[in-house]
Amino acid sequence: MKRVLETTEVQGQSPNYLVARFEQLVDWAVNSSRANSLWPMPFGTACCAIEFMATAASRYDFARFGMERQAFSPRQADVLICAGRLPFKLAPVIRRIYDQMPQPKWVISMGACASSGGIFDNYAMVQGIDTIVPVDVYVPGCPPRPEGLLYGILLLHKKIKGESLFDAERRRDEQPLDAHGLRMPPEQIDEISEPFGNSVHQFRSS
Amino acid sequence: MNPSVAALRTTFGSAIGRALDVRGDTIVYVQRERLPEVMRWLRDAPGHEYHYLVDVTAVEYRDRERQLEVVYFLRALHRQADLRVKVELDPAGDLTVDSIVSLWAGADWLEREVYDMFGITFRGHPDLRRILMWETYNEGYPLRKDFPLRGRFSRSEQVRQALNISPEANYSMEELSIADASDDLPADMRERLRKGERGRVQESE
Repeated sequence: MKRVLETTEVQGQSPNYLVARFEQLVDWAVNSSRANSLWPMPFGTACCAIEFMATAASRYDFARFGMERQAFSPRQADVLICAGRLPFKLAPVIRRIYDQMPQPKWVISMGACASSGGIFDNYAMVQGIDTIVPVDVYVPGCPPRPEGLLYGILLLHKKIKGESLFDAERRRDEQPLDAHGLRMPPEQIDEISEPFGNSVHQFRSS
Repeated sequence: MNPSVAALRTTFGSAIGRALDVRGDTIVYVQRERLPEVMRWLRDAPGHEYHYLVDVTAVEYRDRERQLEVVYFLRALHRQADLRVKVELDPAGDLTVDSIVSLWAGADWLEREVYDMFGITFRGHPDLRRILMWETYNEGYPLRKDFPLRGRFSRSEQVRQALNISPEANYSMEELSIADASDDLPADMRERLRKGERGRVQESE
């Protein structure tokens, strides 16, 4: 018995070996297809959208990375690119767009405002779209150059290629925590929306 | 000083308050009660005819002694003349002004914006709702001095309330429906549309 076990370990012929190879092969095929034909859903609200358009235009041309077709309908989109600040009035809109996108779906938060509220630390602005929808890649910058967005897209490629089709948890639909639609505990939202950077000396006045 | 100010004084007397000349622009203060007739006069009186209402806005000063002001920017396009009309309101008192939508239809959204940001009520406005913030926004009036920059509620409460906005509720049925606009069309055009005829370009001889 001991001898048999030793043999399997050395030669790598565990009963799981072929299954694992098969899963790797399927993951490779599926992930390469997904990563190299991402259809972006542009959600441009501000100056970042101008840089986004520059990224789509001929000089930088993200069609080179398989993003030839921009999906202006969330039903045919793979990746939601939020380019620009998000006011609270648009929060239910982006949440609905995200919910309408079919799985698998990813989100890129482009620019400082989308990622953290940026300079708009005020009553009207969502302090980071990750309080509304889950985000895969944050692209910093105000606004980021097209190279920055392309780098973010390539990071997303890398992330997609590391996923596994056989990991049921990963592609589970995100459910809000409660009937109010929050996706994070309230304390966490308050914490990540706290003042930072230049405004550390400012506190909530009331 | 804009010559309209002297004409206003002779016509309306004590309803016209002080007038200032600021870097070539004329500001004239008008009594709140007489505002609609003063504005109508400025629009229609021969030789004045401020046909274009550029903007309606409001100012609250940091100095608590100063009154809250509603500002009307008027322009007479054919004479290239500008006039700024101001109405003073007591911030602690009744924030009500008569609406001028009946004089300039363009004042509709401008007055809604002032209402949304400052909480000033325009008496006689046909559809006084919030325009920038959403319908159920209940933190107050953001451009007032007593409004904290980050809002009154915690961030999580703001997110929670924002996620429960119904985006469709930001529009009135009138804004959504083209059919409702048919009453505003000229009678002959409405008649033509009713019969399903298309408009035709006149053929040249």
